[in-house]
Amino acid sequence: MESREQWGTRAGFLLAAVGSAVGLGNIWRFPYVAYDNGGGAFFIPYLFALLTAGIPLLIMEFTMGHKYRGSAPLSYARMHKKTEWIGWWQVVIAFVISTYYSVIIAWALAYTYFAVGLQWGEDTGGFLMGEYLQRVDIVNGATIGSVGSIVPGVFIPLVLVWIISLGILFKGVKKGIERANRVFIPTLLVMFLMIVIRALTLEGAALGLEALFKPNWSKIASPGVWIGAYGQIFFSLSIAFAIMITYSSYLPRKSDINNNAFIAAFSNSSVELLAGFGVFAALGFMATQANVPIEEVATAGIGLAFVVFPEILNSFPGLNGLFGVLFFGSLVFAGLSSLISIIETFIAAVQDKFKVSRTKAVILGGGLSALVSMLYATQGGLFFLDAVDYFINNFGVALAGLVSVVTVAWFVKNLKPFQDHANQISDFRTGLWWRICLSVVTPAVLGYMFVLNLIDNLKNNYEGYPTTFLLYSGWGIVIATIIIGFILASLKWGAKDLDVKTYSEDKGVDK
Amino acid sequence: MSGSAIAMMFVGMIVIWGGLAASIWNAVKVTKQK
Repeated sequence: MESREQWGTRAGFLLAAVGSAVGLGNIWRFPYVAYDNGGGAFFIPYLFALLTAGIPLLIMEFTMGHKYRGSAPLSYARMHKKTEWIGWWQVVIAFVISTYYSVIIAWALAYTYFAVGLQWGEDTGGFLMGEYLQRVDIVNGATIGSVGSIVPGVFIPLVLVWIISLGILFKGVKKGIERANRVFIPTLLVMFLMIVIRALTLEGAALGLEALFKPNWSKIASPGVWIGAYGQIFFSLSIAFAIMITYSSYLPRKSDINNNAFIAAFSNSSVELLAGFGVFAALGFMATQANVPIEEVATAGIGLAFVVFPEILNSFPGLNGLFGVLFFGSLVFAGLSSLISIIETFIAAVQDKFKVSRTKAVILGGGLSALVSMLYATQGGLFFLDAVDYFINNFGVALAGLVSVVTVAWFVKNLKPFQDHANQISDFRTGLWWRICLSVVTPAVLGYMFVLNLIDNLKNNYEGYPTTFLLYSGWGIVIATIIIGFILASLKWGAKDLDVKTYSEDKGVDK
Repeated sequence: MSGSAIAMMFVGMIVIWGGLAASIWNAVKVTKQK
């Protein structure tokens, strides 16, 4: 049997894990969430969430992958045969995310080119929706849910994104993913640092930082702020959709799981904090230029990156194009390192279950995802992307996280064996706090968050979209991921597949 | 910037970047010991 691939070095694994966690959300989500939830006071619930949910969950997933040495479905199946569907469910969620995440990276790639000469013009919002995305309702006067035709400006960079991602994945774990992240992450950091330093020296930067860091202590008593903090930690660490289990399954025998989890989690938060500086310093500059209060320009997500930032770049005092390339280039690098990790989950799962080579798994899994992603490269793609992204995160990833932690803690009762496994090979040990966080705190918060979201979405349609549209592009997708998970889990494994392979004592590689 | 904003900015930097530095330092220390 082909032996399982391994990371070349500890740094290689950490860079890949950090590359996976550091994505678009770090840059465009965290700064606004912090600003909107109490500013400087947000650090208290944020750090609490990091220590009671983020790091414990990372340790749990690292341990699971390392102990069972398989993709998410194989690891769950080895833990308990009846839990395999959770692994497949997470893998299918990752597949869905890869289909639209690749498209956002394609936009960033296109905008890296548009930044040269500031080709978006003065009306950046109009450029994005009309000229660039050629939105079906604006250009054709069609309704939400109409597909329209393929948009070449999205299609061409999307093909490039898939060529780069699958090209890296063909090369394997050590020569592909590890090597790529050794380039992507340092490059991303250097580019982003240059933007942050420039932003901090702009007129009005202090105004932005004041808005971000001024503590509003009254907000800290609001449950919504705590849910916001847990949500930010949960969604930004790449947990609950098979990535960290897959990546840690490539770790050698002697691997410091606990400290690796701390390094990965704090690296992710460090980039978020850095993004906070850059984004709000730039927003402060914009507010000063337009002579408006910061709340009028503060925003997040696609609007921040593709509408507000081009507007900021338009009024930059100099080297506008260069800083545009740096900003959108860093989005591309942050996105690519995450996309690779997302695709690897289903490549590894297909390899494990169907006994095919990596090349075939990449062609099958990556090819299918690339094909589906073309839907979002159409004129109506933005609406599908928005709905799928919202539902798969709030009802897919969040529920999968809740189910997995409850299953491990309460049904399979594997927290103690996991803890013993991690403590045995780690430099420092976790104690009772780790088991309490995972068996009580995390399920309680994730459960509360899920119920609140569910009630909210049953009362009002997300973004006021038509119910039929949400049924097939939101709720339908979420339910389909679970059903497909069960179907794939019902397929039989080979005779010895569920035996955990041992490590050789001396080299830390498969026997 | 107000005093409270500056204070919280430094708290965030010290805890998050300090936490990262401490965990990396711990990893380096253990590797050297081995």
